[in-house]
Amino acid sequence: MNLTLKIWRQKDAKSQGKFEEYKVQNISPDSSFLEMLDILNNDLIMSGKEPIAFDHDCREGICGMCSLHINGHAHGPDSEITTCQLHMRKFKDGDTITIEPWRSAAFPVIKDLVVDRSAYDKILQAGGFISVNTGGVPDANAIPIPKADADESMDAAACIGCGACAATCKNGSAMLFVAARVSSLAKLPQGKVEGARRAKAMVAKMDELGFGNCTNTGACEAECPKAIPSRTSPASTASSSTLSSRTKSRTLTQTTEPRFLGSVVYIDN
Amino acid sequence: MSNIFTSSIGKKLIMSISGCFLVLFLAFHMCMNLALVFSPEAYNAICEFLGANWYALVGTAILAAGVLVHFVYAFILTIQNRKARGNIRYAVTAKEEGVSWASKNMLVLGIIVILGLLVHLKDFWAQMQLVEILGHHTNSYGLTPTDGAGATLEVFGNPIYCVVYIVWLAALWFHLTHGVWSMLHTMGFNSKLWMKRVKCIANIVATLVVAGFMLVVVVCCLRANGIIG
Ligand code: HEM
Ligand code: SF4
Ligand code: FES
Repeated sequence: MNLTLKIWRQKDAKSQGKFEEYKVQNISPDSSFLEMLDILNNDLIMSGKEPIAFDHDCREGICGMCSLHINGHAHGPDSEITTCQLHMRKFKDGDTITIEPWRSAAFPVIKDLVVDRSAYDKILQAGGFISVNTGGVPDANAIPIPKADADESMDAAACIGCGACAATCKNGSAMLFVAARVSSLAKLPQGKVEGARRAKAMVAKMDELGFGNCTNTGACEAECPKAIPSRTSPASTASSSTLSSRTKSRTLTQTTEPRFLGSVVYIDN
Repeated sequence: MSNIFTSSIGKKLIMSISGCFLVLFLAFHMCMNLALVFSPEAYNAICEFLGANWYALVGTAILAAGVLVHFVYAFILTIQNRKARGNIRYAVTAKEEGVSWASKNMLVLGIIVILGLLVHLKDFWAQMQLVEILGHHTNSYGLTPTDGAGATLEVFGNPIYCVVYIVWLAALWFHLTHGVWSMLHTMGFNSKLWMKRVKCIANIVATLVVAGFMLVVVVCCLRANGIIG
């Protein structure tokens, strides 16, 4: 395949970037998108030019490092995959492909196609964990967990923190990511205990870092490589979670099906 | 930390509660208007009952506050969200699967709704309740301010007004197809099953409300021009 690539080049965080055009030739339809970029980079290095910086690590869809907005889609024109799982057979010979970095105020470009996604790490640090006392490893089966809850938790835990949700959202909202992390923990008895505190802290951090406000467009879900459902979103962020009073939070976490309690009010007390 | 007025989830809740209130008002208003289709006398009885009585004035004030809250937060949200997208826009964008056009254009649709509302207030509120508040006995149509049926004939006798109202209602339909769904989603009807139901409910609510209003516009237009009795 012969292709024309329009790629965002930007020297560093401070410089102004611009699109540059590159031609690649004899690309196998079976090569992956990132391999295609490797080939281009090889050519660039051979001809003494600066290679294109892009993020990647596992190249098997589990680490969440690869990003790229390809022809208008986060992770390219295929569903439920990451950029590293995208193959050139999804394109046609002679195509022009536009490759851009994530665009979101909270994900500033560092160089070329690489953006700083540490905002997601900061959200996790604010509460995306379970506090446990160190000691012997508890027996995995000591706490019975209903299959349905375990499934929902695992589905939400599939989030790889890639940032596609905020990068796609017209509101620049990180709600899907936060909801996924909040629900995956809150669905399990071990995580439920700190559910309200966790959700409050993570939402507050998300707002503080300059992500936008969710208006339920559902674009995040459509572009998420792990198909995290947007129904995970605001309401369940709230679900275990964001409440007007301590009493309510107690009843919520103990007795109710969280998702019906929906989104939210949370006021500092 | 944050609270209901400033946090992203709090603002979402404010949008949904104010939106819900507006939808309930519209449903009530539409039902009243339907009376006009069946009996102008019945409609005028309703107008007389409401008029500028204290309960109608209280209702109007609460309603105005609801519109204001929804409007102000819509702007705050949209401005903050544009900022969150960053300074540089994507050069290429594509439609994400299953994402409705309305959901991405709520502010624009809302602005059309407000503009239509201003026309509507000028046509009716300023000729009815306001005239009563000011203590006058006739409006600029030469009618008593509680003659709602007469006022509709004045306004909708003009086909241009009918077209303006229909465009206005169409924008409202789009706003509500996403709005009602989003509102229920925000309020927590988002289990696997309810997500589907809620989409359907939103389309039904939007269609019923808008169709009810449109019917009245069309019937008044035909009556005023002597096409039907
Ligand atoms: C009678 C008039 C109106 C009704 C019945 C109505 C109803 C609604 C509803 C139910 C929602 C969904 C709330 C949610 O997402 O939870 C909504 C959202 C929205 N409305 Fe309205 N609205 C009206 C007028 C307006 C006006 C005048 C504007 C602004 C100029 C506006 C702007 C918005 C925006 C930007 C949203 C999206 C925010 C969001 O989805 O969270 N609306 N509206
Ligand atoms: S929710 Fe989906 S799109 Fe968002 S960070 Fe997680 S995996 Fe990526
Ligand atoms: S490189 Fe790890 S998910 Fe793509």
